[in-house]
Amino acid sequence: MTRGLVASAVALGLVSVLSPPARTQDVPRQPGAVYDFDRKGENPAPAPRHDLTGVWEPAGGPSAGVQATGAGQMPSDGKPEHELPFTPLGRQTFIAHKPTFGVTQVPSALTNDPMPGCNPQGFPRIVLHNFRTSRIIQTPENVVILYEFNKKWRVIWTDGRQLPKDPEAPTWGQPDPPESRWWGYSVGKWVDDNTFVAESNGFDDRTWLDNAGRPHSDGLHVIERYHRPDRDHLEMTITIDDPKMYTRPWVAVRLRLRLQVPTFDIREMECAPIETEEYNKEFAEPAAGIDSK
Amino acid sequence: MKVKLVNRIAGTFLVLIAAVPVGAHHGNAAFDSDKRVTMKGTVTEWFWANPHCFLQFDVKEDSGNVVHWVAETSNPPDMINHGWSKGSLKVGDQVTITVIPVKNGKPIGRIAAVVLPNGQTLDGGFGGLPGAAGRNSGAAK
Repeated sequence: MTRGLVASAVALGLVSVLSPPARTQDVPRQPGAVYDFDRKGENPAPAPRHDLTGVWEPAGGPSAGVQATGAGQMPSDGKPEHELPFTPLGRQTFIAHKPTFGVTQVPSALTNDPMPGCNPQGFPRIVLHNFRTSRIIQTPENVVILYEFNKKWRVIWTDGRQLPKDPEAPTWGQPDPPESRWWGYSVGKWVDDNTFVAESNGFDDRTWLDNAGRPHSDGLHVIERYHRPDRDHLEMTITIDDPKMYTRPWVAVRLRLRLQVPTFDIREMECAPIETEEYNKEFAEPAAGIDSK
Repeated sequence: MKVKLVNRIAGTFLVLIAAVPVGAHHGNAAFDSDKRVTMKGTVTEWFWANPHCFLQFDVKEDSGNVVHWVAETSNPPDMINHGWSKGSLKVGDQVTITVIPVKNGKPIGRIAAVVLPNGQTLDGGFGGLPGAAGRNSGAAK
């Protein structure tokens, strides 16, 4: 059947380009959300002091934080300016990874991506891969970020504790060095009225940094910077520091976020194994040439 | 159910419309991203879930042979952003579907666009129409 289709193929591409179907909406957008393109020429109010609270959405549109082919600032696209400063171990580990996107992509049936099947993507991959609508909550002791993607959350402590490092002076209620975590250990502080900086370590090295298979070691150190230039915006910058894998720190993400109304309801985006199994059986495996039915 | 293939079009062309899907966990490698196939079909299932929704439908060829197709979209939040919903498609709906087929020749693909029974067109977000963009080419989830 498909051979017949191909045999009779004509310039579909040209047809598609010349006659695109009518669109149901001009710009993809999350219902109820406000983006920067909705408020051109605006003059936002000043940023409140030491305040990150609220629901934040990528300011450029709902997909502005979706980084399919790798960390937004350094996608795996073969361009020389996006070549990461790998150490020999870093390059070796990167080559051993088999992602489904980027210059080393393989068909899904051959991937060794640790995330499919609803395994934890952890931090920082959640931000280097798929940053969607998120709510930030502040208490006197911590900053909590609730991520839409896979319905995850993490805590950045602001109570003065240090990142775990000293076996003789445990700071987290358990001996140091701590057990590794999918989401690491995070502490943060305000460095000026409108800039909050967090650092994280103690990661489980089974996760990848991004969707393109960039590696990290158990020595990964992540620096997050949140700068609020005005009431309505937050500038998020993520820097990767992992001397075992990279010869120098590199900026992985710069993403501008926009404040939404406090009543904004973040949709559920859960990774359910039962649904993933159905998807794999009905679609992904046949698409990859595997017939499990 | 009288449904027939309306187009047998799978030509190769430059990707003038950047293939910047809204989401796809399983990558692009299996798909012939330069091709589109447009056909009429009858919906047999519309599965609305993570990591991706997918549509199952039957296509009756000119010869009378019925071919069962499966085509995916992105995840529900992405599809809502493109105007879709869990109720967009129902079993028995007769629709016109444009897919990006897989390379292995099976009747499997990604939905570039669907024309519903009421004439409304829904953008599949996989490069079928401009504007369905992630930050990088390719897809995510």
